[in-house]
Amino acid sequence: MLSGFGPVSAFWLLAVLAVGSALMVVVARNLLHAVLWLILHFVAVAGLFLLMTAEFLAMAQVLVYVGAVGVLVLFAVMLTPSPWSENTEGRLGGVAVLLGGCLAAVLIFVAARTPWAQVTAGGFASTAQAIGRALIGRWALPFEIASVLLVVAMIGSIVLARGED
Amino acid sequence: MTLAQWYDLRDLGNPVHALLLWVGRWGPHWLVYVVAGLIGAAAILAFVVPSQLVLIWWERRFLARFQIRRGPNRVGKFGLLQSLADGFKIMAKETWVPRAADKWPFLLAPIVMMVPSIMLFAVLPFGKGMVFANLPSGIVYLVALSGVGTIAVFMAGWAANNKYALLGAMRSIAMLLSYEIPAVLALLTVVVYTGSMNLQVITRFQAHYNAWGLFLLPVPLLVYLVSSTAELNRTPADIAEAESELGAGYHTEYSGFRFVVFYAAEFTNTVVVAAVISTCFLGGWSLFGLDTWIPGWIIYISKIFVMFSVFGWVRGTLPRLRIDQLMAFAWKFMLPVTLVNLVAVTVEIALWQQLGWSAGAAFPLFAVANWLLAGVLLVGGWRVFGITRIVAPRRPRMFREVGAVIEANR
Repeated sequence: MLSGFGPVSAFWLLAVLAVGSALMVVVARNLLHAVLWLILHFVAVAGLFLLMTAEFLAMAQVLVYVGAVGVLVLFAVMLTPSPWSENTEGRLGGVAVLLGGCLAAVLIFVAARTPWAQVTAGGFASTAQAIGRALIGRWALPFEIASVLLVVAMIGSIVLARGED
Repeated sequence: MTLAQWYDLRDLGNPVHALLLWVGRWGPHWLVYVVAGLIGAAAILAFVVPSQLVLIWWERRFLARFQIRRGPNRVGKFGLLQSLADGFKIMAKETWVPRAADKWPFLLAPIVMMVPSIMLFAVLPFGKGMVFANLPSGIVYLVALSGVGTIAVFMAGWAANNKYALLGAMRSIAMLLSYEIPAVLALLTVVVYTGSMNLQVITRFQAHYNAWGLFLLPVPLLVYLVSSTAELNRTPADIAEAESELGAGYHTEYSGFRFVVFYAAEFTNTVVVAAVISTCFLGGWSLFGLDTWIPGWIIYISKIFVMFSVFGWVRGTLPRLRIDQLMAFAWKFMLPVTLVNLVAVTVEIALWQQLGWSAGAAFPLFAVANWLLAGVLLVGGWRVFGITRIVAPRRPRMFREVGAVIEANR
């Protein structure tokens, strides 16, 4: 699919935007600015999905990550005691590097193993139906486990927020 | 259906289609896309900007009637040019950035607010062939992009470095997070009912069976109406910019043209929500077969206008609610009611498809069943999940804390 001037230039634009904004998340000194850069990164990734003709995935990305996760992170940062605190290194820097390294290793492994030539053979016809079938068909169990996990997290946060009484 | 002639203006897609065919005959492949994009963007702007001017005037006149006054009636005939005059006045005003503000988010917020609300028009079907982007999952597009405005609200409220603005932004986000869920569930019910997320297919379904969402889905219509009012920050739920408490809410520090952009974006969102209700619940461009004679886009715009007036009616009638009342209403009342209704509609559609009933027999039955269910859910749900009723004492009592007399229950 990625051939011709338009798609290729769009890909490079979005890729540079995604990587640049991801870098700015780490570099920005102001925590709120970091969250705004993160939201821009989500938008750029949605654009990349759109370029791969996965239009439902792109919209779900905007809906979930920009509209819900980004806003929730903003909300959480705003409600923390010192919202103007700087985005500096804390004591958990070493752990963060370790976890980030593990995640990067997994992603690079997957990216190296993926047969890209076969994947990019053609566009998807209707992604919404395919994703729906996969979620209630082959991947039903992980899907349900994820929803149970969310319910557990929700109940846990309610218990924590209500306190002792 | 045979291909319509280009001069058949019952559907404005016909001349555009003819033009694109003509361009495709001699021009390169990509030029067709460029021309289509330019025409679509121009058409959307040609609808958005004049409709703003007219609808702002109409809402002010309409609200004035509720408040027993005349409203703007001096500039032009019936005050029709008032919005234009206001626009020119406000463009002449100084736009400034507070010294304590965070400059870049402050400057970007109006743009981030305006762009998604205009982009929303891309999927709205104005007629059989009058849709800019006929996306297979148009409803998800609508829901996703209408959530982006919240980030702009947050940027504006936080970057202004003003406590009223920050409070307004916080309230707005809390309210949006709560009301997004019933709104999405209401639209999901429509998707289950019509079997598609494409707005054009949803309209065609309602036109084909002459079964508008209004008849079959009363609960989602009501829930979507209420939750979109809350998301739009309009009066029963405009706590994000409650002028008696917060100045002007998140756009307190904005002046001149940047303020206009916020105002216009909220107005555009109202028009979009009215259009979504018209599409999903009022049959879009269809009107029981009359759409063969009356142009679909005139029907659609009339429906948008009627829904917009309903929003104005609600605004003129209801007082502003407190934030805890709004939150409780979303979570304790609308969410359970919508879920129960979603299950009921799913069962109906499954029955209809599995048993192979004819639509003429099934849909009136479903309509009666759904309206009965709506009555039971609204009354029963209010009793069970509703906001705690005010318990009035037997005898009148003086409350020192409140400084008022609570009347006895007679």
